[in-house]
Amino acid sequence: MTKIMTLVQASSRDLYILVGVVFVLALLPLGVSPFLLSVGTSVLIFALAGVGWNVLSGFAGQFSFGHAAYFGLGSYTVAILLTKYSISPWIGLIAGGFVAAIFGLLVGWVSFRFGLKGAYFALATFAVAEMLRLTFNSIDYFGAGIGITIPLVDGDDWARIQFSDTRALHYWFALGLLAVSIVAVIAIKRSRIGSYMFAVREDEDAASALGIDPLRTKLIAISISGFITALAGGYFTLFFLFIDPDVVFGPLVSVAILLRPIVGGVGTIWGPVVGAAILSLLGELTRTLVREPPAFLSFLEGANGLDQVLFGFILIVMIIRAPDGVLGWFRRKREKGTE
Amino acid sequence: MTTILDVQGVSKSFGGLKAVFEVSIDLEDGEILGIIGPNGAGKTTLFNMISGAIPADSGSITFDTTRIEHMKPHDIAGLGLVRTFQVVKPFAGLTIHENVLVGAFLRRQDPNEADEQAHKMMELTGLTPYAERSAQDVTLAIRKRLELARALATDPKVLLLDEVLAGLTPTEGVEMIDVVRSIRDSGVSVLIIEHVMAAIMALSDRIAVIHHGELLAIGVPASIVKDPRVVEAYLGEEFQIAPD
Repeated sequence: MTKIMTLVQASSRDLYILVGVVFVLALLPLGVSPFLLSVGTSVLIFALAGVGWNVLSGFAGQFSFGHAAYFGLGSYTVAILLTKYSISPWIGLIAGGFVAAIFGLLVGWVSFRFGLKGAYFALATFAVAEMLRLTFNSIDYFGAGIGITIPLVDGDDWARIQFSDTRALHYWFALGLLAVSIVAVIAIKRSRIGSYMFAVREDEDAASALGIDPLRTKLIAISISGFITALAGGYFTLFFLFIDPDVVFGPLVSVAILLRPIVGGVGTIWGPVVGAAILSLLGELTRTLVREPPAFLSFLEGANGLDQVLFGFILIVMIIRAPDGVLGWFRRKREKGTE
Repeated sequence: MTTILDVQGVSKSFGGLKAVFEVSIDLEDGEILGIIGPNGAGKTTLFNMISGAIPADSGSITFDTTRIEHMKPHDIAGLGLVRTFQVVKPFAGLTIHENVLVGAFLRRQDPNEADEQAHKMMELTGLTPYAERSAQDVTLAIRKRLELARALATDPKVLLLDEVLAGLTPTEGVEMIDVVRSIRDSGVSVLIIEHVMAAIMALSDRIAVIHHGELLAIGVPASIVKDPRVVEAYLGEEFQIAPD
């Protein structure tokens, strides 16, 4: 109990922000269209996946280009346990987290043990995710290329985490998962292991000279990271009710996961959430612009795919202007202001 | 006095070059032992072997009662033998405070206790005014002190200091010498490599001279400066001990 109190004191700023953000986000579903609600839920799921990615790549500095591996393992664990063994997704979500954490330990042990760093580690993670995608594509037990469909249940079923009547519950549930994960990340940032992750990210030699085991630190980071990202993957299954290897293990999933924290601010608590919000707003904006452009841009109307080009263009400008993310950009502005 | 660090006949070759050859030194509990020698004499290689950064080809290194010559750097640091780097290695993306906190966590799980320790060490090394500055925006003198503060925060029994005075102005150097003295007075034994001759003569209880990878002489400063081999090989002329 005293430990909890010290954490609350020490991280009060982050926790206040969390309470505020959760409060505002929780009110959002009231009165919005089912479509927007669904977009919002999906934003939360990918923000959650980004929070996980950020622990390994932002905190411990080991850039992962294959977090689809953990996302997919979470998805499939929930799906398999539910459809084949009728095991509640409450257990499935946690089990998926552990499967991903153990898998992360394995991947981490092999790659960190042999000193993979930077681009080489990133490539290894990419290869691992592709390997999983191809494996799941060819094994019948996992539904092979056809994928797995979760049978729809009527009404709101808390045991199966399916909310056909009250779609907003899905949104709130995802928000709850995100909030819990952010509390965990705030605790990590303040604790010894968080401090060690930062040290290993900045300089491994200096870290080990201070008694830190870099391998152990990275292994802890990759397993926590895998766990959180798997929660997102598991919830993705419950929300979309259909998964196949391309949808959850595909390279685009890895990119989607890492893009959010990078746009928001790598290694910060709020980067993944800010990034997820900005990217989805940007996506919706460019889509609307092409679908219903204002009069002076009428030539854009119906130009299919142009929204993606526009999205990509704005993204490039953003990353050039704010290489350390939107939050980093704000911090630099503020520091300039005070000096 | 008891021996806290005992290095016996360690050698290290890089290809055909014998960087360190059969060097034996011992550090007494509570002592400051200076290591001097020209550039390339093998001082930093010796440090790297003691701290576990590179393995010794032969010889033994005993810390307290533990043989450490095959241990990894982080395990050696965990025992209480902690080094600083000649080329400073700050955690550039962190603040001074966060840097020192990393060291403080080695013997403390509780963030508040670690925080308290970090503040104590920053106070001791004069870093308190810079606590919230980023480690990449401070002068070399501050980064040198940071290197020291971070190592101290781990509660070491023995500190290996690799040229903490290099690159400092005379005034900064004097301040640093005072800090090293107060560290020793707090019960930490110090093994220090240094180029600034006046400083190390005044600071050290004993001096070890290394030349071409071999131990030339070891003894109190007064006898070292009179040793004809040392004079010939390194000092070049008789050296006057700086007044304290």
